[in-house]
Amino acid sequence: MLPALLLFAFVVLVPSARGIYYAFTDWDGLDPDFAVVGLRNFTDMLGDEDALQAIWHTVLIAVAITVIQNGIGLLLALGVNSLIKTRNFLRVLLFAPAVVTPIVTAYLWRNLLGPDGAVNAVLGPWGRDWLGDPGLALWMIVVVVVWQFAGYSMVIFLAGLQSIPREIYEAAAIDGTGPVRRFWSIVRPLLAPAITINLMLSIIGGIKLFDQVYALTGGGPGHATDTISTLIYKDAFTLGEFGYSIALAVVLTIIVAIFSAAQYGVLNRNEKAAS
Amino acid sequence: MNRYTKRTFALEMLMIAVGIVFAFPVYVLVNLAIRQPSDTSSPISPTTSPTLANFTGAWREAGLGGALVNSVLVTVASVAIVLAVSAFASYPLARSTARWSRTTFLVIMLGLILPFQLASLPLYQTVRDLGLLGSVWSLVLFYSGLQVPFTTFLYVGFLRALPRDFEEAASIDGASPFTTFRYVVLPMLKPITVTALVLNAVAVWNDFFTPLLYLSGSDQQTVPVAVAGFVGQFVSDWNLIFAALLISIIPVLAVYLALQRSIINGFAGGLKG
Repeated sequence: MLPALLLFAFVVLVPSARGIYYAFTDWDGLDPDFAVVGLRNFTDMLGDEDALQAIWHTVLIAVAITVIQNGIGLLLALGVNSLIKTRNFLRVLLFAPAVVTPIVTAYLWRNLLGPDGAVNAVLGPWGRDWLGDPGLALWMIVVVVVWQFAGYSMVIFLAGLQSIPREIYEAAAIDGTGPVRRFWSIVRPLLAPAITINLMLSIIGGIKLFDQVYALTGGGPGHATDTISTLIYKDAFTLGEFGYSIALAVVLTIIVAIFSAAQYGVLNRNEKAAS
Repeated sequence: MNRYTKRTFALEMLMIAVGIVFAFPVYVLVNLAIRQPSDTSSPISPTTSPTLANFTGAWREAGLGGALVNSVLVTVASVAIVLAVSAFASYPLARSTARWSRTTFLVIMLGLILPFQLASLPLYQTVRDLGLLGSVWSLVLFYSGLQVPFTTFLYVGFLRALPRDFEEAASIDGASPFTTFRYVVLPMLKPITVTALVLNAVAVWNDFFTPLLYLSGSDQQTVPVAVAGFVGQFVSDWNLIFAALLISIIPVLAVYLALQRSIINGFAGGLKG
């Protein structure tokens, strides 16, 4: 047990604790002389339009990804859990993007969504400057993440669907229950564990999102798509404001904790109610 | 309900259409990667006179050979270490009901919530002081610790659901706890080990943020940072960039297609873990 604990302490626990301490200092990452400044980094944040925007973008992206990715993932799972002949092929195809390196797919999409890209070539007169328009760019990040990970949600929903005994389903069909009612009253409650894990994965992944933003927009145009993660990176490594940057990481931690706790509470109750 | 009806056929057509939409980016990727830079026709019309020059150019310029070796090295070493230490740690954590065991488990689970952004900046300083900046071993060290909570979570969940009968039989026969673990428990951990192996390998291979921090400016690169550096260098030379992207995707897709059943079950297996 000791090696695991030591590695965990060295890489996660001790640096995280130090991080929380640095969040209350004006450390620049290099200078060993730094001062404890109390809550100044956090009060500065309240007056920092870019930081407040980034916090809002982070929450918006995470919620949008969670809702859309799981909605599509569930529909895909229902689609490939049918009698269609291409179901195995489609399962492998739709899941494939989830194993490919996100930074690589994001660069691919940066070209696809560009002014002369393939998306505009398909849309013709309806083409737009998808990543250059501050009102659209944030949603394009959501689109790219959903394209990549809807198959992941699908696979987890599918495992949930396949654990539902066929007899229950057939009995309801014989009793004359319609498909919608069957889904809502039988499938949905039995799917509760799959829903829990899917929501947890997508919301936490969404909050921490960095690679896709870095590659697609770099936080731009302007600061229109900056998230907490991209701001942490910029503040620490281009501006040398380690203290402030780590204060942002603390805010990120708090947001993750709030969402995890809320989800755990709500879904645990639902799972209990369902069983 | 078990028959292929007209409605099943309609669903089949719809799902195939969805599949085409999902695969569309890959078509464009290949289409442009084999295209000569002088060819300015639409990105969606099939390339008429294909070339492999982009691939040789990208391979030479992006240093992808060295990056692939580094990525394989980092992934294999990190995953081997994290699986070994987590499996060993999980046994007492799952079986002992003592207070220290429960407290330790909760502390490790805290790692599931702490975002790596919080630890990675102070750790950057430590890595720098140890003189490991720019070395792939800093990544092996990082992932070996970072992935402990998640892997331990999987193992402990699996072990708690496993009946104790075999272990009790072994200990009645006089086996020490270590022998019991080695010869009785470890072989039964195979299914969850496959899940942990797949999820950790994908996470480590694909990670971009950490090598961006610890390897930037050095000549030791992993695939994600080599690709990002290459894109930064050849900003609008998209045919070359697409060839580099395709080269970096091919090994991943090859492994995926060869082991698709284990990989998909591995991802879905987190559900039961």
